[in-house]
Amino acid sequence: MTVANAPVLIDGGVGTSESRRRPVERVRRGRGLVKYLGLTPFAFYVLLFLAVPTLLALGTGFLDGDGSLTLDNITALFDPVILGAFASSFWVSALTAIVGAVVGALVCYALLGTRPDGAVRSFVDSASSVLAQFGGVMLAFAFIATIGIQGLVTVILRDRFGTDIYADGVWLYQVPGLLLPYLYFQVPLMIITFMPALQGLKPQWAEAAATLGGTRLIFWTRIAGPVLAPSFLGCLLLLFANAFSSYATAAALISQGAQIVPLQIRAALISETVLGRANVAGALALGMIVVMVVVMTSYSALQSRTARWQR
Amino acid sequence: MSTDAVRIGAEPGKVARTVILGAVGLVFAVPILAMIEFTFRAGLGGGYTLDHWAALVDPEQNTKYRQLFTAIGNSLVLAVVTVAIVLVILLPTMILVQLQFPRLRRPLEFICIVPITVPAIVLVVGLAPVYGVVVRIFGSSAWTLAFAYGITVLPYAYRSIQANLSAVDVITLSEAARSLGANWLNVLWLVLLPNLRRGILAASLISVAVVLGEYTIASLLNRANLQTALVQVSKSDPYVAVIFALLALGLVLVLLLLISRIGSTRPGRKRT
Repeated sequence: MTVANAPVLIDGGVGTSESRRRPVERVRRGRGLVKYLGLTPFAFYVLLFLAVPTLLALGTGFLDGDGSLTLDNITALFDPVILGAFASSFWVSALTAIVGAVVGALVCYALLGTRPDGAVRSFVDSASSVLAQFGGVMLAFAFIATIGIQGLVTVILRDRFGTDIYADGVWLYQVPGLLLPYLYFQVPLMIITFMPALQGLKPQWAEAAATLGGTRLIFWTRIAGPVLAPSFLGCLLLLFANAFSSYATAAALISQGAQIVPLQIRAALISETVLGRANVAGALALGMIVVMVVVMTSYSALQSRTARWQR
Repeated sequence: MSTDAVRIGAEPGKVARTVILGAVGLVFAVPILAMIEFTFRAGLGGGYTLDHWAALVDPEQNTKYRQLFTAIGNSLVLAVVTVAIVLVILLPTMILVQLQFPRLRRPLEFICIVPITVPAIVLVVGLAPVYGVVVRIFGSSAWTLAFAYGITVLPYAYRSIQANLSAVDVITLSEAARSLGANWLNVLWLVLLPNLRRGILAASLISVAVVLGEYTIASLLNRANLQTALVQVSKSDPYVAVIFALLALGLVLVLLLLISRIGSTRPGRKRT
Protein backbone atom coordinates (compact mmCIF):
# COMPACT_ATOMS: atom_id res chain seq x y z
CA MET A 1 0.00 0.00 0.00
CA THR A 2 2.65 2.50 1.00
CA VAL A 3 4.80 1.59 -1.98
CA ALA A 4 1.85 1.91 -4.27
CA ASN A 5 0.93 5.24 -2.77
CA ALA A 6 4.45 6.59 -2.89
CA PRO A 7 4.27 8.12 -6.38
CA VAL A 8 0.95 9.62 -5.49
CA LEU A 9 2.53 11.31 -2.55
CA ILE A 10 5.38 12.63 -4.66
CA ASP A 11 3.22 14.14 -7.36
CA GLY A 12 -0.35 13.75 -6.34
CA GLY A 13 -1.73 15.75 -9.21
CA VAL A 14 -0.74 13.20 -11.83
CA GLY A 15 -2.13 10.34 -9.80
CA THR A 16 -5.54 11.88 -9.37
CA SER A 17 -5.82 12.90 -12.95
CA GLU A 18 -4.66 9.40 -13.89
CA SER A 19 -7.51 7.82 -11.96
CA ARG A 20 -9.98 10.35 -13.25
CA ARG A 21 -8.98 9.78 -16.87
CA ARG A 22 -9.97 6.15 -16.88
CA PRO A 23 -13.72 6.52 -17.51
CA VAL A 24 -13.02 9.24 -20.02
CA GLU A 25 -10.65 6.89 -21.82
CA ARG A 26 -13.29 4.22 -21.95
CA VAL A 27 -15.71 6.68 -23.49
CA ARG A 28 -13.07 7.69 -25.95
CA ARG A 29 -12.32 4.15 -26.95
CA GLY A 30 -16.01 3.56 -27.45
CA ARG A 31 -16.21 6.64 -29.60
CA GLY A 32 -13.07 5.46 -31.38
CA LEU A 33 -15.02 2.55 -32.82
CA VAL A 34 -17.85 4.87 -33.85
CA LYS A 35 -15.18 7.12 -35.33
CA TYR A 36 -13.93 4.34 -37.57
CA LEU A 37 -17.52 3.45 -38.42
CA GLY A 38 -17.82 6.98 -39.78
CA LEU A 39 -15.21 6.15 -42.40
CA THR A 40 -16.98 3.06 -43.68
CA PRO A 41 -19.52 4.62 -46.09
CA PHE A 42 -16.77 6.36 -48.04
CA ALA A 43 -14.47 3.35 -47.93
CA PHE A 44 -17.28 1.07 -49.05
CA TYR A 45 -18.31 3.41 -51.86
CA VAL A 46 -14.78 3.91 -53.19
CA LEU A 47 -14.15 0.18 -52.96
CA LEU A 48 -17.28 -0.66 -54.96
CA PHE A 49 -17.15 2.00 -57.63
CA LEU A 50 -13.44 2.81 -57.95
CA ALA A 51 -11.30 -0.10 -56.74
CA VAL A 52 -13.47 -2.94 -58.02
CA PRO A 53 -14.04 -1.48 -61.53
CA THR A 54 -10.35 -0.63 -61.87
CA LEU A 55 -9.29 -4.13 -60.83
CA LEU A 56 -11.97 -5.69 -63.04
CA ALA A 57 -10.84 -3.58 -65.99
CA LEU A 58 -7.22 -4.61 -65.49
CA GLY A 59 -8.04 -8.20 -64.54
CA THR A 60 -10.19 -9.07 -67.55
CA GLY A 61 -7.14 -8.42 -69.70
CA PHE A 62 -5.70 -11.64 -68.33
CA LEU A 63 -8.84 -13.77 -68.87
CA ASP A 64 -10.08 -15.52 -71.97
CA GLY A 65 -13.72 -15.99 -72.98
CA ASP A 66 -14.20 -18.91 -70.56
CA GLY A 67 -12.69 -17.10 -67.61
CA SER A 68 -9.41 -18.96 -67.43
CA LEU A 69 -6.06 -17.21 -67.27
CA THR A 70 -4.37 -16.31 -70.52
CA LEU A 71 -1.82 -13.90 -71.86
CA ASP A 72 -3.41 -13.85 -75.32
CA ASN A 73 -5.05 -10.44 -74.80
CA ILE A 74 -1.79 -8.96 -73.63
CA THR A 75 0.01 -10.28 -76.70
CA ALA A 76 -2.87 -8.87 -78.76
CA LEU A 77 -1.62 -5.46 -77.59
CA PHE A 78 1.36 -5.95 -79.89
CA ASP A 79 -0.88 -6.36 -82.88
CA PRO A 80 0.21 -3.77 -85.51
CA VAL A 81 -3.26 -2.12 -85.51
CA ILE A 82 -3.25 -1.63 -81.74
CA LEU A 83 0.38 -0.54 -81.71
CA GLY A 84 -0.58 1.95 -84.39
CA ALA A 85 -3.40 3.25 -82.18
CA PHE A 86 -0.98 3.69 -79.28
CA ALA A 87 1.44 5.50 -81.59
CA SER A 88 -1.33 7.84 -82.83
CA SER A 89 -2.47 8.50 -79.26
CA PHE A 90 1.13 9.27 -78.29
CA TRP A 91 1.85 11.77 -81.03
CA VAL A 92 -1.52 13.52 -80.81
CA SER A 93 -1.15 13.83 -77.02
CA ALA A 94 2.50 14.90 -77.20
CA LEU A 95 1.98 17.49 -79.92
CA THR A 96 -1.15 19.03 -78.37
CA ALA A 97 0.52 18.96 -74.93
CA ILE A 98 3.60 20.84 -76.15
CA VAL A 99 1.70 23.44 -78.19
CA GLY A 100 -0.97 23.74 -75.48
CA ALA A 101 1.64 24.20 -72.76
CA VAL A 102 3.53 26.91 -74.67
CA VAL A 103 0.41 28.87 -75.65
CA GLY A 104 -1.16 28.38 -72.21
CA ALA A 105 2.02 29.58 -70.49
CA LEU A 106 2.04 32.69 -72.70
CA VAL A 107 -1.56 33.44 -71.69
CA CYS A 108 -0.66 32.96 -68.02
CA TYR A 109 2.25 35.38 -68.50
CA ALA A 110 -0.09 37.94 -70.06
CA LEU A 111 -2.60 37.41 -67.23
CA LEU A 112 0.05 38.35 -64.67
CA GLY A 113 -0.50 41.93 -65.79
CA THR A 114 -4.20 41.86 -64.90
CA ARG A 115 -5.71 42.34 -61.46
CA PRO A 116 -6.05 38.96 -59.65
CA ASP A 117 -9.66 39.72 -58.67
CA GLY A 118 -10.47 41.67 -61.81
CA ALA A 119 -13.10 40.83 -64.40
CA VAL A 120 -10.60 39.67 -67.07
CA ARG A 121 -8.96 37.16 -64.74
CA SER A 122 -12.18 35.73 -63.40
CA PHE A 123 -13.67 35.42 -66.89
CA VAL A 124 -10.57 33.70 -68.29
CA ASP A 125 -10.48 31.38 -65.26
CA SER A 126 -14.12 30.36 -65.61
CA ALA A 127 -14.03 30.04 -69.40
CA SER A 128 -10.89 27.92 -69.08
CA SER A 129 -12.53 25.59 -66.57
CA VAL A 130 -15.54 25.23 -68.85
CA LEU A 131 -13.47 24.35 -71.90
CA ALA A 132 -11.04 22.11 -70.00
CA GLN A 133 -13.68 20.07 -68.18
CA PHE A 134 -16.85 20.46 -70.18
CA GLY A 135 -15.53 20.34 -73.75
CA GLY A 136 -16.15 16.82 -74.95
CA VAL A 137 -18.97 16.47 -77.44
CA MET A 138 -19.48 20.23 -77.71
CA LEU A 139 -15.95 20.66 -79.12
CA ALA A 140 -16.66 18.20 -81.91
CA PHE A 141 -19.74 20.26 -82.86
CA ALA A 142 -17.77 23.50 -82.64
CA PHE A 143 -15.07 22.31 -84.98
CA ILE A 144 -17.51 20.77 -87.45
CA ALA A 145 -19.21 24.20 -87.56
CA THR A 146 -15.82 25.92 -87.95
CA ILE A 147 -13.68 23.74 -90.20
CA GLY A 148 -16.18 21.11 -91.30
CA ILE A 149 -16.80 20.75 -95.01
CA GLN A 150 -19.42 23.54 -94.84
CA GLY A 151 -17.82 25.19 -91.79
CA LEU A 152 -17.60 28.94 -91.37
CA VAL A 153 -13.81 29.16 -91.74
CA THR A 154 -13.68 26.54 -94.51
CA VAL A 155 -16.24 28.44 -96.57
CA ILE A 156 -14.64 31.85 -96.00
CA LEU A 157 -11.20 30.54 -96.93
CA ARG A 158 -12.60 28.85 -100.02
CA ASP A 159 -14.81 31.69 -101.30
CA ARG A 160 -12.77 34.73 -100.29
CA PHE A 161 -9.18 33.49 -100.42
CA GLY A 162 -9.42 30.60 -102.82
CA THR A 163 -7.67 28.15 -100.46
CA ASP A 164 -9.26 24.77 -99.96
CA ILE A 165 -8.12 23.34 -96.63
CA TYR A 166 -9.42 19.97 -97.77
CA ALA A 167 -7.58 19.94 -101.12
CA ASP A 168 -5.86 16.71 -100.08
CA GLY A 169 -9.01 15.12 -98.66
CA VAL A 170 -11.08 15.70 -95.54
CA TRP A 171 -8.82 15.30 -92.51
CA LEU A 172 -11.21 16.57 -89.81
CA TYR A 173 -12.63 13.11 -89.19
CA GLN A 174 -9.17 11.50 -89.10
CA VAL A 175 -6.45 11.64 -86.44
CA PRO A 176 -5.02 15.02 -87.62
CA GLY A 177 -8.53 16.45 -87.18
CA LEU A 178 -8.20 15.86 -83.43
CA LEU A 179 -5.32 18.32 -83.09
CA LEU A 180 -7.30 21.58 -83.18
CA PRO A 181 -10.20 20.41 -80.96
CA TYR A 182 -7.71 18.94 -78.48
CA LEU A 183 -5.78 22.23 -78.36
CA TYR A 184 -9.07 23.87 -77.55
CA PHE A 185 -9.12 22.07 -74.19
CA GLN A 186 -5.34 21.75 -73.67
CA VAL A 187 -4.62 25.50 -73.64
CA PRO A 188 -7.36 26.19 -71.02
CA LEU A 189 -6.13 23.30 -68.85
CA MET A 190 -2.61 24.76 -68.99
CA ILE A 191 -3.98 28.15 -67.92
CA ILE A 192 -5.74 26.61 -64.90
CA THR A 193 -2.82 24.47 -63.76
CA PHE A 194 0.14 26.75 -64.54
CA MET A 195 -1.29 30.05 -63.27
CA PRO A 196 -0.74 29.27 -59.55
CA ALA A 197 2.95 28.56 -60.20
CA LEU A 198 3.41 31.80 -62.10
CA GLN A 199 1.61 33.72 -59.36
CA GLY A 200 4.01 32.14 -56.87
CA LEU A 201 6.89 34.18 -58.30
CA LYS A 202 7.64 36.56 -55.48
CA PRO A 203 8.09 40.26 -56.33
CA GLN A 204 10.96 40.28 -53.81
CA TRP A 205 13.01 38.00 -56.09
CA ALA A 206 12.61 40.45 -58.95
CA GLU A 207 13.50 43.35 -56.65
CA ALA A 208 16.55 41.53 -55.34
CA ALA A 209 17.69 40.77 -58.89
CA ALA A 210 17.14 44.38 -59.94
CA THR A 211 19.02 45.69 -56.90
CA LEU A 212 21.98 43.55 -57.87
CA GLY A 213 21.85 45.01 -61.39
CA GLY A 214 20.07 42.17 -63.14
CA THR A 215 18.04 42.89 -66.23
CA ARG A 216 14.62 41.42 -66.95
CA LEU A 217 16.28 38.93 -69.25
CA ILE A 218 18.52 37.74 -66.43
CA PHE A 219 15.53 37.58 -64.09
CA TRP A 220 13.70 35.29 -66.52
CA THR A 221 16.66 33.06 -67.46
CA ARG A 222 18.36 32.77 -64.07
CA ILE A 223 15.51 33.05 -61.54
CA ALA A 224 11.99 32.66 -62.91
CA GLY A 225 13.00 30.08 -65.53
CA PRO A 226 14.62 27.56 -63.18
CA VAL A 227 11.92 28.06 -60.51
CA LEU A 228 9.12 27.52 -63.01
CA ALA A 229 10.76 24.68 -64.97
CA PRO A 230 9.53 21.74 -62.83
CA SER A 231 6.03 23.18 -62.75
CA PHE A 232 6.02 23.72 -66.51
CA LEU A 233 7.19 20.17 -67.16
CA GLY A 234 4.63 18.85 -64.67
CA CYS A 235 1.83 20.71 -66.42
CA LEU A 236 3.13 19.40 -69.75
CA LEU A 237 2.78 15.85 -68.42
CA LEU A 238 -0.69 16.56 -67.07
CA LEU A 239 -1.72 17.85 -70.50
CA PHE A 240 -0.30 14.74 -72.11
CA ALA A 241 -2.27 12.53 -69.72
CA ASN A 242 -5.38 14.60 -70.34
CA ALA A 243 -5.22 14.22 -74.12
CA PHE A 244 -4.18 10.58 -73.90
CA SER A 245 -7.24 9.64 -71.83
CA SER A 246 -9.74 11.92 -73.55
CA TYR A 247 -12.57 10.08 -75.28
CA ALA A 248 -15.69 12.22 -75.86
CA THR A 249 -14.34 14.62 -78.51
CA ALA A 250 -12.76 11.84 -80.54
CA ALA A 251 -15.84 9.63 -80.25
CA ALA A 252 -18.17 12.38 -81.43
CA LEU A 253 -15.84 13.37 -84.28
CA ILE A 254 -14.62 9.98 -85.53
CA SER A 255 -17.50 7.59 -85.99
CA GLN A 256 -15.69 5.21 -88.32
CA GLY A 257 -12.64 3.25 -87.27
CA ALA A 258 -10.57 3.29 -84.11
CA GLN A 259 -7.41 5.25 -84.71
CA ILE A 260 -6.54 6.08 -81.09
CA VAL A 261 -6.51 3.92 -77.96
CA PRO A 262 -9.76 5.16 -76.34
CA LEU A 263 -11.55 4.45 -79.63
CA GLN A 264 -9.97 0.99 -79.70
CA ILE A 265 -11.52 0.40 -76.26
CA ARG A 266 -14.89 1.52 -77.64
CA ALA A 267 -14.52 -0.88 -80.57
CA ALA A 268 -13.56 -3.74 -78.24
CA LEU A 269 -16.47 -3.03 -75.86
CA ILE A 270 -19.12 -2.70 -78.56
CA SER A 271 -18.03 -5.74 -80.52
CA GLU A 272 -18.45 -8.06 -77.57
CA THR A 273 -20.21 -10.51 -79.83
CA VAL A 274 -17.11 -10.91 -81.96
CA LEU A 275 -15.27 -13.88 -80.56
CA GLY A 276 -12.16 -13.21 -78.51
CA ARG A 277 -12.47 -9.41 -78.59
CA ALA A 278 -14.36 -8.94 -75.31
CA ASN A 279 -11.32 -9.06 -73.04
CA VAL A 280 -9.10 -7.06 -75.34
CA ALA A 281 -10.75 -3.98 -73.81
CA GLY A 282 -9.25 -5.08 -70.49
CA ALA A 283 -5.80 -5.44 -72.03
CA LEU A 284 -6.12 -2.00 -73.67
CA ALA A 285 -7.21 -0.54 -70.34
CA LEU A 286 -4.13 -2.10 -68.76
CA GLY A 287 -1.92 -0.54 -71.43
CA MET A 288 -3.50 2.86 -70.83
CA ILE A 289 -3.16 2.59 -67.07
CA VAL A 290 0.54 1.77 -67.38
CA VAL A 291 1.09 4.93 -69.43
CA MET A 292 -1.12 7.01 -67.10
CA VAL A 293 0.60 5.78 -63.93
CA VAL A 294 4.06 6.56 -65.32
CA VAL A 295 2.98 10.02 -66.48
CA MET A 296 1.03 10.93 -63.34
CA THR A 297 3.77 9.69 -60.99
CA SER A 298 6.29 11.92 -62.76
CA TYR A 299 3.73 14.73 -62.59
CA SER A 300 3.30 14.50 -58.83
CA ALA A 301 7.07 14.24 -58.33
CA LEU A 302 7.52 17.45 -60.34
CA GLN A 303 4.61 19.10 -58.48
CA SER A 304 6.21 18.46 -55.11
CA ARG A 305 9.45 20.04 -56.41
CA THR A 306 7.38 23.07 -57.42
CA ALA A 307 5.72 23.25 -54.01
CA ARG A 308 9.13 24.01 -52.48
CA TRP A 309 9.00 27.54 -53.88
CA GLN A 310 5.37 28.21 -53.11
CA ARG A 311 5.56 28.48 -49.35
CA MET B 1 2.59 51.03 -64.11
CA SER B 2 5.95 52.61 -64.80
CA THR B 3 7.73 52.89 -68.13
CA ASP B 4 9.53 50.02 -69.80
CA ALA B 5 13.00 51.18 -68.77
CA VAL B 6 12.54 50.67 -65.04
CA ARG B 7 10.12 47.80 -65.18
CA ILE B 8 11.29 44.87 -63.08
CA GLY B 9 9.88 41.47 -62.26
CA ALA B 10 7.64 39.08 -64.10
CA GLU B 11 4.81 41.35 -65.19
CA PRO B 12 4.39 41.75 -68.94
CA GLY B 13 4.25 45.09 -70.71
CA LYS B 14 0.88 46.46 -71.70
CA VAL B 15 1.51 45.80 -75.40
CA ALA B 16 2.63 42.20 -74.88
CA ARG B 17 -0.35 41.58 -72.62
CA THR B 18 -2.87 42.99 -75.09
CA VAL B 19 -1.34 41.18 -78.06
CA ILE B 20 -1.25 37.76 -76.37
CA LEU B 21 -4.69 37.96 -74.76
CA GLY B 22 -6.21 39.47 -77.89
CA ALA B 23 -4.76 36.91 -80.29
CA VAL B 24 -5.55 33.84 -78.18
CA GLY B 25 -8.97 35.21 -77.27
CA LEU B 26 -9.78 35.78 -80.92
CA VAL B 27 -8.69 32.28 -81.97
CA PHE B 28 -10.72 30.79 -79.16
CA ALA B 29 -13.78 32.86 -80.00
CA VAL B 30 -13.91 31.65 -83.62
CA PRO B 31 -15.34 28.13 -83.00
CA ILE B 32 -17.96 29.52 -80.63
CA LEU B 33 -18.95 32.19 -83.17
CA ALA B 34 -19.03 29.51 -85.88
CA MET B 35 -21.47 27.49 -83.74
CA ILE B 36 -23.69 30.52 -83.26
CA GLU B 37 -23.57 31.31 -86.99
CA PHE B 38 -24.40 27.67 -87.73
CA THR B 39 -27.63 27.80 -85.69
CA PHE B 40 -28.97 30.60 -87.94
CA ARG B 41 -28.22 28.87 -91.24
CA ALA B 42 -31.18 28.15 -93.47
CA GLY B 43 -29.55 25.07 -94.96
CA LEU B 44 -26.87 24.10 -97.41
CA GLY B 45 -28.17 26.64 -99.93
CA GLY B 46 -27.09 29.60 -97.79
CA GLY B 47 -29.07 32.41 -96.21
CA TYR B 48 -30.08 32.83 -92.60
CA THR B 49 -33.22 32.01 -90.63
CA LEU B 50 -34.55 32.09 -87.08
CA ASP B 51 -36.46 28.82 -87.61
CA HIS B 52 -34.10 26.59 -85.65
CA TRP B 53 -34.37 28.75 -82.55
CA ALA B 54 -38.12 29.21 -83.01
CA ALA B 55 -38.58 25.46 -83.22
CA LEU B 56 -37.45 25.19 -79.59
CA VAL B 57 -40.51 27.00 -78.28
CA ASP B 58 -42.91 25.53 -80.85
CA PRO B 59 -45.02 22.92 -79.00
CA GLU B 60 -45.69 21.01 -82.22
CA GLN B 61 -42.03 20.54 -82.93
CA ASN B 62 -41.30 19.73 -79.31
CA THR B 63 -42.48 16.16 -79.66
CA LYS B 64 -39.56 15.67 -82.05
CA TYR B 65 -37.16 16.52 -79.28
CA ARG B 66 -38.83 14.47 -76.57
CA GLN B 67 -35.85 12.16 -76.44
CA LEU B 68 -33.58 15.14 -75.89
CA PHE B 69 -35.76 16.57 -73.12
CA THR B 70 -35.90 13.18 -71.38
CA ALA B 71 -32.11 13.05 -71.54
CA ILE B 72 -31.82 16.57 -70.10
CA GLY B 73 -34.14 15.45 -67.29
CA ASN B 74 -31.88 12.45 -66.71
CA SER B 75 -28.80 14.65 -66.57
CA LEU B 76 -30.44 17.00 -64.05
CA VAL B 77 -31.45 14.05 -61.84
CA LEU B 78 -27.92 12.67 -62.14
CA ALA B 79 -26.49 16.05 -61.16
CA VAL B 80 -28.71 16.18 -58.04
CA VAL B 81 -27.90 12.61 -56.97
CA THR B 82 -24.18 13.13 -57.61
CA VAL B 83 -24.17 16.28 -55.47
CA ALA B 84 -26.02 14.28 -52.79
CA ILE B 85 -23.29 11.62 -52.92
CA VAL B 86 -20.62 14.31 -52.56
CA LEU B 87 -22.42 15.92 -49.61
CA VAL B 88 -23.47 12.75 -47.79
CA ILE B 89 -20.45 10.51 -48.39
CA LEU B 90 -17.39 12.63 -49.26
CA LEU B 91 -17.97 15.73 -47.10
CA PRO B 92 -18.51 13.99 -43.72
CA THR B 93 -15.51 11.76 -44.40
CA MET B 94 -13.31 14.75 -45.14
CA ILE B 95 -14.44 16.56 -41.98
CA LEU B 96 -13.95 13.40 -39.90
CA VAL B 97 -10.46 12.84 -41.30
CA GLN B 98 -9.53 16.49 -40.73
CA LEU B 99 -10.70 16.35 -37.10
CA GLN B 100 -9.87 12.85 -35.96
CA PHE B 101 -7.48 11.11 -38.33
CA PRO B 102 -4.73 13.53 -39.34
CA ARG B 103 -2.65 10.57 -40.50
CA LEU B 104 -5.30 9.60 -43.04
CA ARG B 105 -5.20 12.98 -44.78
CA ARG B 106 -2.56 11.93 -47.34
CA PRO B 107 -4.22 8.58 -48.14
CA LEU B 108 -7.60 10.31 -48.56
CA GLU B 109 -6.05 12.86 -50.90
CA PHE B 110 -4.43 10.04 -52.87
CA ILE B 111 -7.74 8.17 -53.22
CA CYS B 112 -9.53 11.31 -54.36
CA ILE B 113 -6.90 12.03 -57.03
CA VAL B 114 -6.90 8.45 -58.39
CA PRO B 115 -9.81 9.10 -60.83
CA ILE B 116 -7.48 11.39 -62.80
CA THR B 117 -5.03 8.53 -63.31
CA VAL B 118 -7.81 6.02 -63.98
CA PRO B 119 -9.67 7.84 -66.75
CA ALA B 120 -13.36 7.27 -67.45
CA ILE B 121 -12.60 5.27 -70.57
CA VAL B 122 -10.64 2.75 -68.44
CA LEU B 123 -13.09 2.81 -65.54
CA VAL B 124 -16.01 2.06 -67.84
CA VAL B 125 -14.46 -1.29 -68.83
CA GLY B 126 -14.75 -2.45 -65.22
CA LEU B 127 -17.98 -0.56 -64.52
CA ALA B 128 -19.88 -2.67 -67.06
CA PRO B 129 -19.88 -5.81 -64.85
CA VAL B 130 -20.41 -3.71 -61.69
CA TYR B 131 -23.50 -2.17 -63.26
CA GLY B 132 -24.76 -5.67 -64.03
CA VAL B 133 -25.08 -6.04 -60.24
CA VAL B 134 -26.30 -2.47 -59.64
CA VAL B 135 -29.15 -2.92 -62.10
CA ARG B 136 -30.23 -6.12 -60.34
CA ILE B 137 -30.40 -4.30 -56.98
CA PHE B 138 -31.64 -0.80 -57.89
CA GLY B 139 -33.21 -1.37 -61.28
CA SER B 140 -32.02 0.36 -64.41
CA SER B 141 -33.37 3.88 -63.77
CA ALA B 142 -31.25 6.76 -64.98
CA TRP B 143 -30.17 7.95 -61.51
CA THR B 144 -28.08 4.83 -60.81
CA LEU B 145 -25.37 6.20 -63.10
CA ALA B 146 -24.70 8.78 -60.37
CA PHE B 147 -22.74 6.12 -58.43
CA ALA B 148 -20.14 6.22 -61.20
CA TYR B 149 -20.32 10.02 -61.49
CA GLY B 150 -19.64 10.40 -57.78
CA ILE B 151 -16.23 8.85 -58.54
CA THR B 152 -15.71 11.02 -61.63
CA VAL B 153 -16.26 14.25 -59.67
CA LEU B 154 -14.15 13.11 -56.70
CA PRO B 155 -10.94 15.03 -57.62
CA TYR B 156 -12.82 18.28 -58.32
CA ALA B 157 -15.09 18.09 -55.29
CA TYR B 158 -12.20 17.09 -53.04
CA ARG B 159 -10.08 20.02 -54.18
CA SER B 160 -12.88 22.55 -53.61
CA ILE B 161 -13.76 21.28 -50.12
CA GLN B 162 -10.15 20.76 -49.05
CA ALA B 163 -9.21 24.33 -50.02
CA ASN B 164 -11.90 25.58 -47.65
CA LEU B 165 -11.10 22.98 -44.97
CA SER B 166 -7.41 23.98 -44.83
CA ALA B 167 -8.25 27.66 -44.65
CA VAL B 168 -10.53 27.27 -41.62
CA ASP B 169 -9.14 25.99 -38.33
CA VAL B 170 -11.82 23.35 -37.87
CA ILE B 171 -10.05 21.66 -34.94
CA THR B 172 -9.99 24.79 -32.79
CA LEU B 173 -13.53 25.68 -33.83
CA SER B 174 -14.94 22.28 -32.93
CA GLU B 175 -13.00 22.13 -29.65
CA ALA B 176 -14.28 25.57 -28.73
CA ALA B 177 -17.84 24.52 -29.51
CA ARG B 178 -17.40 21.25 -27.60
CA SER B 179 -16.02 23.02 -24.53
CA LEU B 180 -19.05 25.30 -24.56
CA GLY B 181 -21.22 22.20 -24.35
CA ALA B 182 -22.31 21.63 -27.91
CA ASN B 183 -22.86 18.05 -28.98
CA TRP B 184 -21.35 16.72 -32.19
CA LEU B 185 -24.47 17.31 -34.21
CA ASN B 186 -24.53 20.97 -33.15
CA VAL B 187 -20.82 21.33 -33.87
CA LEU B 188 -21.34 20.00 -37.35
CA TRP B 189 -24.54 21.86 -38.13
CA LEU B 190 -24.02 25.21 -36.39
CA VAL B 191 -20.24 25.60 -36.50
CA LEU B 192 -18.51 23.54 -39.19
CA LEU B 193 -20.95 23.57 -42.09
CA PRO B 194 -21.54 27.35 -42.01
CA ASN B 195 -17.76 27.85 -42.10
CA LEU B 196 -17.38 25.42 -44.97
CA ARG B 197 -20.32 26.63 -47.03
CA ARG B 198 -18.09 28.23 -49.66
CA GLY B 199 -16.18 25.03 -50.33
CA ILE B 200 -19.39 23.01 -50.24
CA LEU B 201 -21.09 25.29 -52.75
CA ALA B 202 -18.06 25.29 -55.06
CA ALA B 203 -17.83 21.49 -54.87
CA SER B 204 -21.54 21.16 -55.69
CA LEU B 205 -21.38 23.53 -58.65
CA ILE B 206 -18.28 21.93 -60.15
CA SER B 207 -19.93 18.51 -59.71
CA VAL B 208 -23.00 19.73 -61.59
CA ALA B 209 -20.77 21.04 -64.39
CA VAL B 210 -18.84 17.79 -64.68
CA VAL B 211 -22.00 15.66 -64.65
CA LEU B 212 -23.70 17.79 -67.32
CA GLY B 213 -20.64 17.36 -69.55
CA GLU B 214 -20.13 13.65 -69.04
CA TYR B 215 -20.27 11.51 -72.16
CA THR B 216 -17.84 8.57 -71.92
CA ILE B 217 -19.47 6.46 -69.21
CA ALA B 218 -23.05 7.14 -70.28
CA SER B 219 -22.45 6.32 -73.91
CA LEU B 220 -20.50 3.12 -73.29
CA LEU B 221 -23.00 1.86 -70.69
CA ASN B 222 -25.83 2.67 -73.13
CA ARG B 223 -27.43 5.26 -70.87
CA ALA B 224 -29.14 8.42 -72.06
CA ASN B 225 -27.86 11.72 -70.71
CA LEU B 226 -27.55 15.22 -72.14
CA GLN B 227 -24.34 14.56 -74.06
CA THR B 228 -25.29 11.18 -75.54
CA ALA B 229 -28.64 12.64 -76.62
CA LEU B 230 -26.84 15.58 -78.27
CA VAL B 231 -24.80 13.13 -80.34
CA GLN B 232 -27.97 11.21 -81.22
CA VAL B 233 -29.92 14.33 -82.20
CA SER B 234 -26.98 15.77 -84.15
CA LYS B 235 -27.34 12.93 -86.63
CA SER B 236 -30.90 13.92 -87.59
CA ASP B 237 -31.04 17.63 -86.66
CA PRO B 238 -27.56 19.14 -86.21
CA TYR B 239 -28.98 22.64 -85.68
CA VAL B 240 -30.88 21.73 -82.55
CA ALA B 241 -27.91 19.75 -81.25
CA VAL B 242 -25.65 22.80 -81.64
CA ILE B 243 -28.25 25.09 -80.03
CA PHE B 244 -28.48 22.84 -76.99
CA ALA B 245 -24.71 22.48 -76.84
CA LEU B 246 -24.43 26.29 -76.79
CA LEU B 247 -27.10 26.60 -74.11
CA ALA B 248 -25.38 23.97 -71.96
CA LEU B 249 -22.07 25.74 -72.47
CA GLY B 250 -23.59 29.04 -71.38
CA LEU B 251 -25.18 27.44 -68.32
CA VAL B 252 -21.93 25.83 -67.23
CA LEU B 253 -20.01 29.08 -67.80
CA VAL B 254 -22.46 30.84 -65.49
CA LEU B 255 -22.02 28.08 -62.87
CA LEU B 256 -18.24 28.46 -62.99
CA LEU B 257 -18.39 32.26 -62.88
CA LEU B 258 -20.47 31.79 -59.73
CA ILE B 259 -17.75 29.54 -58.31
CA SER B 260 -15.07 32.14 -58.96
CA ARG B 261 -17.32 34.77 -57.33
CA ILE B 262 -17.68 32.59 -54.25
CA GLY B 263 -13.98 31.80 -54.22
CA SER B 264 -12.72 35.35 -54.48
CA THR B 265 -14.70 36.91 -51.66
CA ARG B 266 -11.79 38.22 -49.67
CA PRO B 267 -11.67 40.83 -47.00
CA GLY B 268 -10.77 44.13 -48.57
CA ARG B 269 -12.64 43.22 -51.69
CA LYS B 270 -15.65 45.20 -50.52
CA ARG B 271 -13.71 48.40 -50.97
CA THR B 272 -13.79 48.16 -54.73
